[in-house]
Amino acid sequence: MARASAETKESTVTVSIMGKLHEVPEDATIMGAIEYAGHQIIRGAGCREGYCGACATLYRLPGDYKIYTGLACMTLVEDGMTLTQIPYVPAVKAIYDIEKLKPNVTAIQQHYPSVFRCVACGTCTRSCPQGLQVMDYVQAAKRGDIAQVMDLSFDCVVCGLCMLRCPAEIVQPLVGILAKRLYGRYLRQDSPELAERVKAVEGGAYNAEYSELMTMGREALSKLYYARDSE
Amino acid sequence: MYPDYMAESLRKVVQTRPARLELARKPDPVYPPMNAEERRAVLEGFHPDFEASARRAVRVGPNKGEKLTTEVSELLESHSWLRSEQVNLDKPDFETDLLIVGGGGAGCNAALVAMKEHGVRSIIATKLRMGDANSMMSQGGMQAAVSRTDSPTRHYLDAIGGGHFENKPELVRALTEDGPGVVKWLEDLGVVWDKEKDGSMKTMHGGGTSRKRMLSCRDYTGAMIMRTLMDEVRNHPDMIAVKEFMPAVELIMDDKGRCAGAVLYDMESEEFFTVKAKSTLIATGGYGRLHIRGYDTTNHYGATGDGLVMAYRAGAKLMYMDSVQYHPTGVSFPEQIAGFLVTEAIRGAGGQPLNKDGELFVFPREPRDIEASAIIRECVQNGGGVPTPSGRVGVWLDSPLIDMLHGEGYTDKHFPAMYRQFIQYGIDITKLPMLIYPSLHYQNGGIEINERCETDLPGLYVAGEATGGLHGRNRLMGNSVLDYNVFGRRAGRYAGEYAKKVKLGKLSLTHLDAYEKELAGAGVKTDLVTPVLLPSYAPKDVKKRQLLRGGNTLPGASIINRLHNERSGA
Repeated sequence: MARASAETKESTVTVSIMGKLHEVPEDATIMGAIEYAGHQIIRGAGCREGYCGACATLYRLPGDYKIYTGLACMTLVEDGMTLTQIPYVPAVKAIYDIEKLKPNVTAIQQHYPSVFRCVACGTCTRSCPQGLQVMDYVQAAKRGDIAQVMDLSFDCVVCGLCMLRCPAEIVQPLVGILAKRLYGRYLRQDSPELAERVKAVEGGAYNAEYSELMTMGREALSKLYYARDSE
Repeated sequence: MYPDYMAESLRKVVQTRPARLELARKPDPVYPPMNAEERRAVLEGFHPDFEASARRAVRVGPNKGEKLTTEVSELLESHSWLRSEQVNLDKPDFETDLLIVGGGGAGCNAALVAMKEHGVRSIIATKLRMGDANSMMSQGGMQAAVSRTDSPTRHYLDAIGGGHFENKPELVRALTEDGPGVVKWLEDLGVVWDKEKDGSMKTMHGGGTSRKRMLSCRDYTGAMIMRTLMDEVRNHPDMIAVKEFMPAVELIMDDKGRCAGAVLYDMESEEFFTVKAKSTLIATGGYGRLHIRGYDTTNHYGATGDGLVMAYRAGAKLMYMDSVQYHPTGVSFPEQIAGFLVTEAIRGAGGQPLNKDGELFVFPREPRDIEASAIIRECVQNGGGVPTPSGRVGVWLDSPLIDMLHGEGYTDKHFPAMYRQFIQYGIDITKLPMLIYPSLHYQNGGIEINERCETDLPGLYVAGEATGGLHGRNRLMGNSVLDYNVFGRRAGRYAGEYAKKVKLGKLSLTHLDAYEKELAGAGVKTDLVTPVLLPSYAPKDVKKRQLLRGGNTLPGASIINRLHNERSGA
């Protein structure tokens, strides 16, 4: 009903994991196949659900010259696949004080000038396992359109495959993070009720109510809880 | 795609949908919520915690004699990797003000606050990469009482009722009262919250909320927060040293019984390093990868309860370690993503759980333990589940309702991660329901703390999922994201303050020898060596061949566990 791991399956396919052939279940993910082969992954697995970008993988398929990219936890094996995980993609994050930046093209120029090397080849977009329009947000970054970079890079999991494949050696995911922070810090619309609530809390507006609730017996509290209205 | 034999059941879901859509459009609940008595009955009858073998008394340590989750008792009744005489503590390899064990949300918050408020330097030691944590994976959102119809005290009441009135009140107050401030702290760091057109926060319901209080960043809420915090941590390399693939394996104490750092283990070079620290924070998260009761888990790869066992050996008391959270909606089919999280926000947005006949059987937004138990009851007792080809079972979660309720494109915009996860297998969740079953999700209990994140041991602080008391025996959705932010920040504040004034004595690991003696005295016979660090997913026959050399038959034995057995003196 709720089993921790899938055991041996009937139908298998043959995949080459870093050059070594293994028979693995035909419906396995790449990560499942690597573990089925007996590897203890140290670098190359994180959330295992497609959020953390730890399991960037490169592979080729039989009779096909192309290099494909994917997340090992989200990509299924195919017969004849030859694959390797990428344990780490070298990239240097710029150091900055977000309080001293402005949400414009200067921030990009200062911290990630390689963006301007983009030749618009589209390799980054083709290599994104999330299906993001990576090249479009690099173009937006060149224009200083921080809001668009934020929007288009929102779902980036920072697996690093785009920057690994990029002929201009741009560090796209890092540009995305900078832009998201600039947007959140400077371009957001402020929420008036949030400011009011923070002020109320700081002013001790809820002290009396808290004291009452915290000293209430379990029965009284339960009564209050089940009688509360709901939005 | 779903197998052909499910077509009949899927047809029934479509048939009942128009009537259910009508229900959803009305202000009343689509199904009657349970009262206290009904809640108790479904919990005791069907929650996995209440199964006969789910709990057993632990035989050693500060909670000796108390019934804990069986797997937790086993974890605690285990050997250390180290014996005191093997480690030279005279010249620590590293010294710092604050040692933070764990690079998730709580750890990063603590490092930033300790630095900003006290000018305190820290080391973040983490098992995998920084951000390889459940913090990263939260999809649906973070609770915080910011809207005008809501208040922090109402949030308090919801949280404490959801926890069956067993939560520590001072912790719930800290959580709910700090909530709005955390929203602002994160926003100023650059988190992009979902907003309405006028700039007010977009809010949604979660299970057990009486006001719409769930704030979100599409369905990448945890990822957005975590990446922002990590980026800020990386902006201060002179103040915060990050040591990745270097988990702590034991705490170091001083001769006055204060925590004074930890021994780290380098996953790659297999060396041990000692860190002397004026204060130490455990922010190691939970234990989903122990696969309690054989359940699949939503948790990240390193969630093996390492902090629990280290703190316990050093003498810290645990609270509510008899209580496990099963998320009501883990994936049941496709097999490849079985156990993965389906965000509760799907139900918050109007998704309905349905049995094989396409009928509602529970209010969609009960607190998690109630909802999960009701789903198990529907499958186990009422035969209302849909079996999967691999022998699992599940009920439907009718997601196509969401676009019908909120307009086409809503799912696309708000649940892109969910959509991606299923479309991979030919299931378009805007057109087809998902098949779900409860999945091991959260460690409700943990190391007991107060509102300053202090434990029984001076100098030892704990924050986030590793703690116990805040959520009682059941956490509500969105309160863990808030938890790691609120208590991560508090830990940074108070552990930082403490680090400024403490003068450490002579370092010691003798507590490990005392624990070994206690194990022997209690007649515990085990070959389990902990912290576990990583689970192993090698097939049984592979494991057997791997274990040949050490004679080690651990169920979850990793390479690292076997290394321990080969070492002289073990």
